[in-house]
Amino acid sequence: MIPAPARRRRRRSRTRLRPVRLRGGALTAALAVGLAGCGGTTIESAGSGSEPGGGSECGQLDLAVNPWVGYEANAAVVAEVAETELGCQVTKKDLKEEVSWQGFGTGEVDAIVENWAHEDLKEQYVEEQKTAVEAGPTGGTGIIGWWVPPWLARKHPDITDWRNLNRYAPMFRTSESGGKGQLLDGDPSFVTNDEALVKNLGLDFEVVYAGSEAALITAFRKAEAERTPLIGYFYAPQWFMSEVPLVKVDLPPHTEGCDAEPEKVACDYPEYELDKIMGREFAESGSPAVELIRNFRWTNDDQNVVARYIAEDKMSPEDAAKKWIADNPEKVQAWLP
Amino acid sequence: MGAVTAPTATASAAAPSPAQAAVSVRGLWKVFGPGARSVPTDPAARALSRRELLEQRGCTAAVRDVGFDVAPGEVFVVMGLSGSGKSTLVRCLTRLVEPTAGQVLLEGEDLLAADDRRLRELRRHSFAMVFQHFGLLPHRRVLDNVSYGLEIAGTGKAQRRRRAQEVVDLVGLSGYEAAYPHQLSGGMQQRVGLARALAGDPGLLFLDEPFSALDPLIRREMQNEVVRLHREVGTTMVFVTHDLREALRLGDRILIMRDGRPVQCAPGDELLGAPADDYVRDFVREVPRAGVLTLRWIMRPPAADDPLDGPELGPDVVVREATRAVLAADRPVKVVADGRLLGIVGHDEILSIVADAEQVG
Amino acid sequence: MAVAAPPAPSPPAPSPATSSAVGRRRPRRALLAVGVVGAWVLLWVLLQGRDTLFLSPATLTPLHRRLNELADAVSAGRDSSPVFLYGVDLVRAGLDAFVGGVQDLLARPSGGRPVPAVGWLGVVAVATWLATALGNLRVGALTAAGLVLLGLQGLWTESMDTLALTLSAVALCLLIGVPLGVWAGLSPRVHRLLTPVLDFLQTMPTFVYLAPLTLFFLIGPASATVATLLYALPPVVRLTAHGVRSVPPSVVEASTSLGATGPQRLRGVLLPMSTRTIALGVNQTIMAALSMVTVAALIDAPGLGRTVLKALQTLDVGVAFNAGLAIVVLAIVLDRTTTAASERAQTRPDRSRRSARLRRPALLVGAVAAGAAVLLSRTYLWAAQFPSVVGGTDIGIGDDVARTADSVTGLVQEHLSGITGGLKDAVTLFLLNPFEELLTGSPWYVVLTALVCLSALAGGARAAVTTAVGLALVIGTGLWFDAMTTLASTVLATLVVMALGLVVGVWMGRSRRADAVLRPLLDAGQTLPAFVYLVPFLALFGASRFTAITAAVVYAAPVAIKIVADGIRSVPATTVEAATALGSTRWQVVRAVQLPMAGRSLALAANQGVIFVLSMVVVGGLVGAGALGYDVVAGFSQGELYGKGLAAGAAIVLLGSVLDRVTQAAARRAGPDAHAA
Repeated sequence: MIPAPARRRRRRSRTRLRPVRLRGGALTAALAVGLAGCGGTTIESAGSGSEPGGGSECGQLDLAVNPWVGYEANAAVVAEVAETELGCQVTKKDLKEEVSWQGFGTGEVDAIVENWAHEDLKEQYVEEQKTAVEAGPTGGTGIIGWWVPPWLARKHPDITDWRNLNRYAPMFRTSESGGKGQLLDGDPSFVTNDEALVKNLGLDFEVVYAGSEAALITAFRKAEAERTPLIGYFYAPQWFMSEVPLVKVDLPPHTEGCDAEPEKVACDYPEYELDKIMGREFAESGSPAVELIRNFRWTNDDQNVVARYIAEDKMSPEDAAKKWIADNPEKVQAWLP
Repeated sequence: MGAVTAPTATASAAAPSPAQAAVSVRGLWKVFGPGARSVPTDPAARALSRRELLEQRGCTAAVRDVGFDVAPGEVFVVMGLSGSGKSTLVRCLTRLVEPTAGQVLLEGEDLLAADDRRLRELRRHSFAMVFQHFGLLPHRRVLDNVSYGLEIAGTGKAQRRRRAQEVVDLVGLSGYEAAYPHQLSGGMQQRVGLARALAGDPGLLFLDEPFSALDPLIRREMQNEVVRLHREVGTTMVFVTHDLREALRLGDRILIMRDGRPVQCAPGDELLGAPADDYVRDFVREVPRAGVLTLRWIMRPPAADDPLDGPELGPDVVVREATRAVLAADRPVKVVADGRLLGIVGHDEILSIVADAEQVG
Repeated sequence: MAVAAPPAPSPPAPSPATSSAVGRRRPRRALLAVGVVGAWVLLWVLLQGRDTLFLSPATLTPLHRRLNELADAVSAGRDSSPVFLYGVDLVRAGLDAFVGGVQDLLARPSGGRPVPAVGWLGVVAVATWLATALGNLRVGALTAAGLVLLGLQGLWTESMDTLALTLSAVALCLLIGVPLGVWAGLSPRVHRLLTPVLDFLQTMPTFVYLAPLTLFFLIGPASATVATLLYALPPVVRLTAHGVRSVPPSVVEASTSLGATGPQRLRGVLLPMSTRTIALGVNQTIMAALSMVTVAALIDAPGLGRTVLKALQTLDVGVAFNAGLAIVVLAIVLDRTTTAASERAQTRPDRSRRSARLRRPALLVGAVAAGAAVLLSRTYLWAAQFPSVVGGTDIGIGDDVARTADSVTGLVQEHLSGITGGLKDAVTLFLLNPFEELLTGSPWYVVLTALVCLSALAGGARAAVTTAVGLALVIGTGLWFDAMTTLASTVLATLVVMALGLVVGVWMGRSRRADAVLRPLLDAGQTLPAFVYLVPFLALFGASRFTAITAAVVYAAPVAIKIVADGIRSVPATTVEAATALGSTRWQVVRAVQLPMAGRSLALAANQGVIFVLSMVVVGGLVGAGALGYDVVAGFSQGELYGKGLAAGAAIVLLGSVLDRVTQAAARRAGPDAHAA
């Protein structure tokens, strides 16, 4: 029932509605009087509380919100700062990554505030179509790899070395893996080399595509709760890590160029420097929000705090952001233009 | 029993000449299926039976080379069993089905030459049709169903309501104006169909088995209704039926069809008295003849020993009406037209017909 | 103007199935089918693993790359192409204005005020009045209760967003669909042309065109509306065409004989007489639109779908269920209202009844009251925004619903996951794996030949040709292996759906009480967004093909059950009476009378079951089914895989068409047998 903040700040038009006096049929009047008698705040008096707070030089800011909680944390904090400190009208748009990048070209998205590599998209939109520009790192580091639930790592400490995986393969068999060990893959948003890895490392595993983040998390949650074996593809930062701190399996270390040819990959995933992307038009608009987004920088830990507020404490993203901002004024101050 | 007057002569006497006919049909064909157009012009195909045509050419000839004339004010009945092509024939006359070949003149106008606009004009103002399954609009009340044709023709609302009320009264539906069709019995529904057809005041009415879906009692009542309407309004009617009794009751002349071909076209008494072939003979066998046959068809030439001083009757007197007079007389009745003796009718002739009628029913 | 001709008497079909032949033919065909399968198994043993056309999830074929390039070209031409600048952009602007207008009215702050033009009280009052006027008092009450429930769930704004989007899309569907349907109803040729297009729209997974749509119509309501429109259009077109075609020819002929022009016939006869069927189409279109609006949340469509998806990110089953329940409530309200409206359109009001006489003045009073409510809702805050607290007590039930859902799923997971895991393993091991292995492990030419032969046996020569062409095209998509994997799960799911359809459908068809109890559950199964139950299902069965099959069954079984129940109920009472009078047991009546006579409904149920199962393939991809579903989902998420996703979508459509045609042909074949029996 709370009007969206962006709308609330919009100046009300000149047509000020006065409380309507009903003079119609006797029935109508009676009804109106009867109900109004219950006492009611008119919309006029309620509306006057929400006038715009800051200056208006910032204007409109369209933030893409990609579908994971860590991103939501970034977006919530950037939006809250942009609104309260810069007086921007922020609109958040719930979009998948691919669609967000498209949005730069159509002018519908101004910024993406947590980007996981996506070299292909960078090539297409930054290099070729020139509709997007990079806006620097978020400070977070993305780690992709194979993980096991903590109980398993405690029970079999050597399982975190890939060389021992074949020994444990029979333990990971499921109805889906056809006699081999199951390697649960597949948030479809992430690029995976896992089939090549299994093959090139000579592992007795079968990649099974779970198909969604929800499926992965549910599987890990269940595995930890019921003490069942599971190994799967996952990534950090992710709010779920604070609920069940998965343990990463070490694959052969990543070296520059070891993953150049997808079919021949036999090394771990690189660590990603998470970064921000802006629409070219927006980047050149001179809005103070451009500086804010360029300057926005925090750590995985900061993000995990906000993400936990949202995912586990069930706070709204706005409230979670407010709380963190109140606790970390000096970090916020450093981002302001 | 040799007829004194040739039956064919009687029939042609009743038929109008094409020029003055309300409807004049010549060489009408309707063929369904591939290559339909070529059938009427191909002598080999024309000669084939319906079944052969289907087997050899894959097409169905519903109407084959039909021709007749209907006089103004006449009730002309087309009769045949199902599949005889009678319904297709009447649809060709209104171009609800496009004929394959032939000529149809309505009051001298070439119907097949009419373009869409003219055809609609004719349908709106010159002729109308009544259907076996009524074809009423279930979402409209009786009065609105009756005035539907007028509405289509663009008649003003007040005028069409007035006219609709007139026809509703005419067909005996007064009091049911606001009912929906499904609230009426079958007979009442067909009255609505009749009223709808009459509303445009057409000169010509086509009725396609209008009473076949009704109960026998209601059917009889509706037949009387048609007789009454015909008397009052005088519209020319082309009436399609598969019921010979109905045909005999209503028709001035009857066209019997079989497998799409005309078999015989004659007044009812002639059909009974001088069936053209075994098919017609079989067909008319079960009908109570006394009410249809006239003395013309049962009289015999006087023999040498016949006394010729009995009472006189005309040749067109129906047997049933003559029965009492013939049986009351102690000598044969003379059948006389224009002072000329055509033949005589005795007890034997009358009794053979009347006894037959009692057997039938 | 074409004169409506009676159908040309078709030559007596040279049907092989004369009644005497039927008896002998049936077992012979079954025997042949067994033979085909036997040969297939034999060849599988000999040639196992050869020529299976396997393609790993990350690999692309040249076709997939070309499709990628095509999508890039479209994206690059966005700002320069005149097609966009003058065509698509204008359409988009129009759509945005239209949908925005409806949203202003119901859902979002508008006119410079912090609230929508009409507040909750106004919406409830107007909707109730409309439901009463179009339907009856009962659906009016249902509407009021349903809408208030939405408010109590704390989802008023979201619900109104969903409603606004649904209504806009439905309005456009009708604007386009009814004329199209009339056209298809009048012209058999248009009908033939349109049918495959409609099939395509209904089976092509939304995910495939969701992302490209945003290229054309940008992110937001316009794209969401177009996506919804595409998905929801087919039912209204189909049913309108059906309605127009089934107007009795006698009435059409009568109107022609009176000299009606084409438009006069349309307005006076065809449309009024097919109102009921069209209303049924509207009903189904609304249901389809509602389910699509949820998915459209992926491209920033506002409303309940967004709540569901957000909850899915944190695996918050309770919140997702609360929002899903709101969608079910909306669906039930809209469904019952439109159904009641279509029934009213069919039955003529009987003026003489007292209640009918009172109706008009009552509606008038209702209209005045609704008007007053609208005014109030424009004036006072309590009538504009749904209050969460009344007299100091919290009246919201959203949290309670969420908590209850959470604890129930928690309990179920805790106690059942052992059993469910065993069930999953058993079904997978003994049913799914062997079947899938046969389809995916045999060389493609063996599978293709076997399937064509089986289609020929089931549906005749034309079905065989359809299968051959369809499967050849599947090979062309480069996704044969995935398609066969998906086919295995689809067939299994359809069999379960049919089994449920038979058992529950017969039960519902014979018992009014069972019907009354089960129908709302079926409605929920059909309209509850799959996203809501994905998480609990995952917890019970893990990420597996079995989970996907279960989800598909939940979605597809209600349709099959409803169709079977309707079929059983439409068996004439006299026939059942006659059978009972002959001393049949209840089981004999079902087996020998009701099922055979409902043969057409059974066939239709199987057919719709297959289509509905296929439309869940993508959801299956989200829970571990892999194969085509995963290809589509991955294509939606990763630019590089877009072309492959598109190809996978096409493969799903192809499978759908083949299964649809073959089941229909088989049903037609079985038809006469069923009646002869």
